[in-house]
Amino acid sequence: YPLDALEPHMSKQTLEFHWGKHHRAYVDNLKKQVLGSELEGKPLEHIIQNTYNNGDLLPPFNNAAQAWNHEFFWESMKPGGGGKPSGELLALLERDFTSYEKFYDEFNAAAATQFGAGWAWLAYADNKLKVVKTPNAVNPLVLGSFPLLTIDVWEHAYYLDFQNRRPDYIKTFMNNLVSWEAVSSRLEAAKAASS
Amino acid sequence: MAIRSLASRRTLTGLKETSSRLLGLRSIQTFTLPDLPYDYSALEPAISGEIMQIHHQKHHQAYVTNYNNALEQLDQAVSKGDASAVVKLQSAIKFNGGGCHVNHSIFWKNLAPVKEGGGEPPKGALGGAIDTHFGSLEGLVKKMSAEGAALQGSGWVWLGLDKELKKLVVDTTANQDPLVTKGGSLVPLVGIDVWEHAYYLQYKNVRPEYLKNVWKVINWKYASEVYEKECK
Repeated sequence: YPLDALEPHMSKQTLEFHWGKHHRAYVDNLKKQVLGSELEGKPLEHIIQNTYNNGDLLPPFNNAAQAWNHEFFWESMKPGGGGKPSGELLALLERDFTSYEKFYDEFNAAAATQFGAGWAWLAYADNKLKVVKTPNAVNPLVLGSFPLLTIDVWEHAYYLDFQNRRPDYIKTFMNNLVSWEAVSSRLEAAKAASS
Repeated sequence: MAIRSLASRRTLTGLKETSSRLLGLRSIQTFTLPDLPYDYSALEPAISGEIMQIHHQKHHQAYVTNYNNALEQLDQAVSKGDASAVVKLQSAIKFNGGGCHVNHSIFWKNLAPVKEGGGEPPKGALGGAIDTHFGSLEGLVKKMSAEGAALQGSGWVWLGLDKELKKLVVDTTANQDPLVTKGGSLVPLVGIDVWEHAYYLQYKNVRPEYLKNVWKVINWKYASEVYEKECK
């Protein structure tokens, strides 16, 4: 979608910087970092898993994981998104969180309480949906789960539009931006991969 | 009571703002947002008035409010003997009070308008010590700016004094960890906030540009005072 497609919920200016500068820098810097190494040419997931190093991060991890996270984030949103999902996804949310509202509150709380920079996720593992929050560049891939949905809570993700009001940003994301179609197809892929 | 003394020991860690005892007295000390010693726009063009206002009135105020709330809840939890609540509140207190509040209170003093000496190089003992340890002020600035730029995520870059080893150190801390978490004998002299909220509205993603410009408003007079006091 074009850079202004998510307005008024996420401004074109934010997308210009967030995608055009931050995300681009992660990609460009990663290419430079892996040039000439055995990681060159490998898929992003491979680089992420091989540089996580049980938390004792190797240099390319931040750029690789942030490049992956941001692509996943853009695809987690769509113009005219948000609201409640339906079908199987809703059923599973109701199964694992008691109700959609409980999931909404838990996801909101995780995103609001991730201190400093990081991400909040809906993830799939062991046949269950769960909410996870991670610091900086860490994502559920390295924690053994399938990511289904994410919200970027680094300040650069919301500062131009919301300044310090992170809770307003999270609500806007949930109510107006989430692409439940993307989440559903990721869930299908996750279920297929784990069977 | 075991719980009361545990809470007293833990909550006093890292608190340099006040000398009053928080627990053991029935009333709780509440903290207030310190006033800035200059107008919000006084640090322009290095740091915009908009950033200073939001940083002070929104971010720092929120930390102080959350800190006071956590302290109040802690006092209640201690009176009720609710050990698990006491433990849970420790991290909120460490984050909001021990870190956020302390760090930002130092930060406002670390900055000064140009017409009040902001950016003027340190003289005296601190100036000499900087030349000894880092070759020159430029050397120190280059090192701190590089470490601040390289910090992943949120945090602070510091010039500190190691009281035990009697030397200056440059270090970084993550999120709102105070410098003392890197070493019990470290005293902060200059701290620079590199959380994105400290610069984003003005410098966007170009953190190095913020770090280049912030030196123009660093209050070396204050840093020197702290240094000389700690060196006695």
